[in-house]
Parts: sequence; C-alpha cells; structure tokens
Amino acid sequence: MKEALIQKEVLILDGLCAGFPARRGEVRVLDHVSLSVPKGKITGLVGESGCGKSMTARAVMNLIRHPGRVTGGRILLEGRDLLSMRKKERRMLQGREMAMIFQDPMSSLNPVMKVGKQVDEAVLVHEHVTHAEAKRRTLEMLEAAGVPDPERRYHSYPHQLSGGLRQRIMIAMAMVCRPKLLIADEPTTALDVTVEAQILDLMKEMSAKGTAVLLISHNLGAIARVCDDVSVMYAGKIVEQADICTLFDRPRHPYTRGLLSAVSSLRDGSEVLSVIPGHVPNLARLPAGCSFSPRCSCRGKECMEKTPEMREISPGHRIRCLWEEPGKKPGEKELETEGLAAE
Amino acid sequence: MKRILQALLVLLLVSLMLFGLLRIVPGNPVAVLMGEHANQATIDRLTAELGLDQPIHVQFFRYLSGAVRGDFGTSYSLGKPVSGLMGTAFVNTLLLSLAAALFAWITGGLCGLLAAIRKNSIPDRLFMGFSLLGISMPVFMAAMILQYVFAYWLHWVPISGTADWRSFILPAVALGWNSAGSIARLVRSALLDTLEEDYIDTARAKGLGKSGVLFRHALRNTMLPTVTMMALQLSALLSGAVITETVFSINGIGRLAVQAITARDIPLLQGTVLFSTAIVIFGNLVADFLYTVLDPRTRKEA
Ligand SMILES: Nc1ncnc2c1ncn2[C@@H]1O[C@H](COP(=O)(O)OP(=O)(O)OP(=O)(O)O)[C@@H](O)[C@H]1O
Ligand SMILES: [Mg+2]
Repeated sequence: MKEALIQKEVLILDGLCAGFPARRGEVRVLDHVSLSVPKGKITGLVGESGCGKSMTARAVMNLIRHPGRVTGGRILLEGRDLLSMRKKERRMLQGREMAMIFQDPMSSLNPVMKVGKQVDEAVLVHEHVTHAEAKRRTLEMLEAAGVPDPERRYHSYPHQLSGGLRQRIMIAMAMVCRPKLLIADEPTTALDVTVEAQILDLMKEMSAKGTAVLLISHNLGAIARVCDDVSVMYAGKIVEQADICTLFDRPRHPYTRGLLSAVSSLRDGSEVLSVIPGHVPNLARLPAGCSFSPRCSCRGKECMEKTPEMREISPGHRIRCLWEEPGKKPGEKELETEGLAAE
Repeated sequence: MKRILQALLVLLLVSLMLFGLLRIVPGNPVAVLMGEHANQATIDRLTAELGLDQPIHVQFFRYLSGAVRGDFGTSYSLGKPVSGLMGTAFVNTLLLSLAAALFAWITGGLCGLLAAIRKNSIPDRLFMGFSLLGISMPVFMAAMILQYVFAYWLHWVPISGTADWRSFILPAVALGWNSAGSIARLVRSALLDTLEEDYIDTARAKGLGKSGVLFRHALRNTMLPTVTMMALQLSALLSGAVITETVFSINGIGRLAVQAITARDIPLLQGTVLFSTAIVIFGNLVADFLYTVLDPRTRKEA
C-alpha cells in the first residue's frame, strides 16, 4: 500500500529548507517546504511575489544562484534523494527525468543559437544518437508542442518568434526526453491571455500523457484551470494544501481566503478591490509566531506567540494555522478568561 | 556591401580632411625643406616642380588620382617615391601589429576567461593586476622595462632591430600589453554577465555540464562585445606602434610618419596616415562582418 503510494509520487519535497547567508546567520527563504507531485497530475504552487516559489523550483533543479543554498530537508525523485547524489549523477537526471521551463521565454533561449539546435541539444546530452535522429525527435516534439511548420521553425532564432511560440519551444525542449517531472515556473506570466490558455492546455495535455507537473503561478485563475492539487505558500512556508475543489470551495487559511477574495472581487467587478492589507514581510525579520499574523484579520493573541505547525484538518487538506474552526479566533477563550480574571 | 561603400566614403573623407589640414598649417614646406639659406628663386622653382603653386582643388585631385593608383608622390625629405618607402615599412609594421594584436587577443582573451571562471581566485587577482598595469602604463615605459629585463639583462632576445622573428617578441608584447589588459577586463566582465543570463539556467537545466554551458552557450555571447572592442584596439595598437618602433628601432610606418612630421614631408605624411586609416577602417569592417556572423539578431531577415 505504502509502496504504491511512493511509486505514484514522482517528486517529494520533505522539509526542504534553503537560504542566503546574511550578516547575522542566514535569511531563510524556504522553511520546511513539504509537498508532493504525483504522476499524471498538475500540482500548483501559488503565493505572492517573493514568497519562494522560484526558489523551490530552483532547489529541485539545482539552479539556486550563489550564495544561496539548500540547507536541509530532502528532495526525492521517484524515491532517490537528489541532495545526497553525486554532482554528475544528479546532472544526468536533469533534462532527462526532470525538466524545467521558465517565466520569460525570450531570455530563456540562447539568442545566438537556432531554436531547433537548442532542442536537439537536450537529446544529444543524454542519449547517444546521431544528429539526424536528434533532429527527427526535435521535429516530432515541436509538432506535439503545437509549433506550426516545425521544419521551418527549426531554423529560426529566438528573436524571430512570438512569445507564445518561444514558450512552446521551451516546452518542446523540456519534454523531448520524456521526463517524468516538468517544473513550470510562471510559464504564462509573460504571455497574453489567449496564448496563456493555449499553453495551459498544452501542459494539461502533457500531464495527461503521464508527466508529473509542478505549476508555479501567482495567478489563481491559471491554477484553477488546470491544477489537481494546490499548495499555497507564504513567506517561505507552505500554509495550505488541498485538492483544487476543496481549496476553492472551503479554503481554511486566512491567507488563502484573502487571495481568493481578491480574485473573486476582481471577477465581480465590484468597486472596491479586496486586497490583503499590509505587505509581504521581510524574510530577514519575520514576526514571532505565525508569519502571517500581522496581516491576518482573524488573528488572536496566541498567533503572535506560537508558531503554527502543518496539520491535517480533513484527508488531504492541511493548513498551517491555529484556527480550530471558522469564526472562532485562536486563543479567544484564554483572552476571555484573562479578562474575567482582571475584573 | 553597403558597409564597404561606407568604409570607402570614410576613407575619402579622411583623405580630404588630411589634405586640407596639411595645407592650413602655416609655413611653406619647401622653405623648411631647403633650410634657412635657400634663395627665393630656388624655392619658387621647387614649389612649381612639386605642383604646390597650383590651385588647391587641382592639387587635391592630382593627389587623389595618384592615391587610387597607389602613387603617393615623392617624399620631399628622402627623395624617393612614397609608395616604395612605405612598402618596406609596411611589412615591418604589419608584422609588429599582427604579433601585438595576436598577443593581445590570445592572452587577453584567455586571461579574461580564466579570471571569470575562477572569479576572486589568485589567478584572477594576478591577471587583473597585470592588466591594470598594462592599461595604466604608457607604451614607451612598458617597452623600456621589457627591453631592460629581457634583452639587456637576461639576453633572451635581441635588444632592437628586425633581424629575425625573435626581435619582434618584445615590441609585440610591449605594444600589445595595453590592449591585452583592456580585452582581459572586458572578457572577464562580459563572461560574468553572460553567466547570469536566464538561458544559462536553461542550459544547466538540460543537464549540460560546466564546460558544455561555457563553450556551447556562454562563449559565443561573450564574444559579441569583445569583437567590437578588439577592432577598436586596432587603432590603439597603430598609435602605439609609432612609439614602439622608435624604442626598438624598427623601420615601420610609425617611424616614417614621425620622420614625415618633423620634416614637413607632406606626401610621406599623407601616405602613412592614409595607410593607418585604411587599416583601422578595414579592422572595423572585419569586426562588423564578424558581428553579423556571430549575432543572428543583426542579420537581415531572408
Ligand atoms: N541573492 C539573494 N540574497 C538574498 N535573498 C534573496 C536572493 N535572491 C532571492 N532572495 C529572496 O528569496 C525570496 C524568494 O524568491 P523567489 O524568487 O523564490 O520568489 P518568487 O515566489 O518566485 O517570486 P516571484 O513571483 O516574484 O517570482 C525572495 O524574498 C527574495 O528576496
Ligand atoms: Mg519567481
């Protein structure tokens, strides 16, 4: 039973921590991030800018820029711990078993190399095939990624293509070795709405063929459209995890509720845009207790003292919040008794 | 093609300016040539002989049509055809500049590369120190220090002249040091910038190793700013050649030019300056061409 479960999960992050050295100690950018990405499904990772989404993706792909580094936890790709692997061994998994696409498809493609060649390269690094065979595979993949007239596009340079086409090329490059895991870091942020929908559909198609996809976005609309499960991140921590329906119908963490109401008020076209008051905290100076407490509309006294742990409130639905049930602030009882005692 | 026409136009403009400038400078060159004791009749006769009594535009067209045929007239001070004088000097200057350019490009390029790959290491600091020294030290000083250490003191190479290839080593290094320094610094910073680019992450995400990333993705992009710089260094090299040739007693274009200036030898000066201009323009033409080869963004859509 447990075996089967592990088999299904392509990627498991287990208590992943990462940070940058600072004058005093380190700034912790990822704080015990745990999540799993199962085969054939799209797992979303949402959160405000700077909460550590890209950092999570980069940690998996070993792309964290100096001087940042992973400081703890495990990254398991089909049960193999990437962090305890030798450098070369880990590198050989990159591009072959896991691949990544980035936010800006213009700057992510080498401007002086034909796009076809860049896709070829992904094949040639990992497989001992002839150039002709690599090209054949590339053309096939370009076709599958919805690039019209692949034979001609193969010889194009990135600057000759539209943003949507470039992102399709990136997807083809990522998928050409049929990886088990695809990480997409805000793949549609730089694209317009219609192209965004097409790219999201393409990702859905890829996952239907069995790839596990980790889709990073700050756009809840995009997440709602394609994801099966969602993790919500705030200031380097996962604060809520659930399947898509639960998350959108019964969000429990105040932060998630805030995000959702910000979107729905946009959709209603109501005059006042509901936004979460306050701003993203400085990771170097996080408040005591729950990181979200300074902005939380339902914080209790306890929230500023006790750091909440991740806990499961119903099967598959986890939150990092002291709230026992909606409508009742944590620590309220204690407050009341204290008040009584004072009288 | 358009670029070549542009280059020719620049060359024409330079020769026009040069011609004009040399006529504006006060003083009759013939008088200088003949010395203080020449009588007026002789000066007039020689002036007519050299065609200097003609109206200015006639002089210019005569000069231009000659230049096109490779005939720059006869040197006043040496009494020989300028083209013949330049022929010998040309070979020496070409050898010197080529050696210096190769030295500058290769050592500058390699040092910059290594410095960037091993950023903040001891080699990095060492290379950057040497390049700073090269950039801040005047060419004649570098030349004299090298001459003293390697020729006078260690006797590794001849002290001056053009007897064999070994005598070109010191002048080339002295001349190229400055450019090597600039190139090393540029290559270092350009490579460090390139390695920050997003497509480097893409390459690494594909599973390419350090060398794959460097040689297949980073280097070509690093070369873009470098190629332009290398061409610009060419004119620095040529002006440095004047000094180097003097210090190492090499009979080159630079020394010829100095000689022409002191003697107010107009045909010789015109010839040498025009020659140097042509080289610089040619260098830029090559750089432009290389740039289009390296960077598809500058090519015209087919
Ligand atoms: N070199 C660095 N030194 C210190 N902190 C850094 C450095 N680079 C990034 N960070 C911090 O890491 C945190 C996480 O950044 P990350 O790029 O993962 O955010 P993100 O969630 O992807 O945001 P976005 O939506 O803007 O892409 C940020 O708060 C940022 O301030
Ligand atoms: Mg990001």
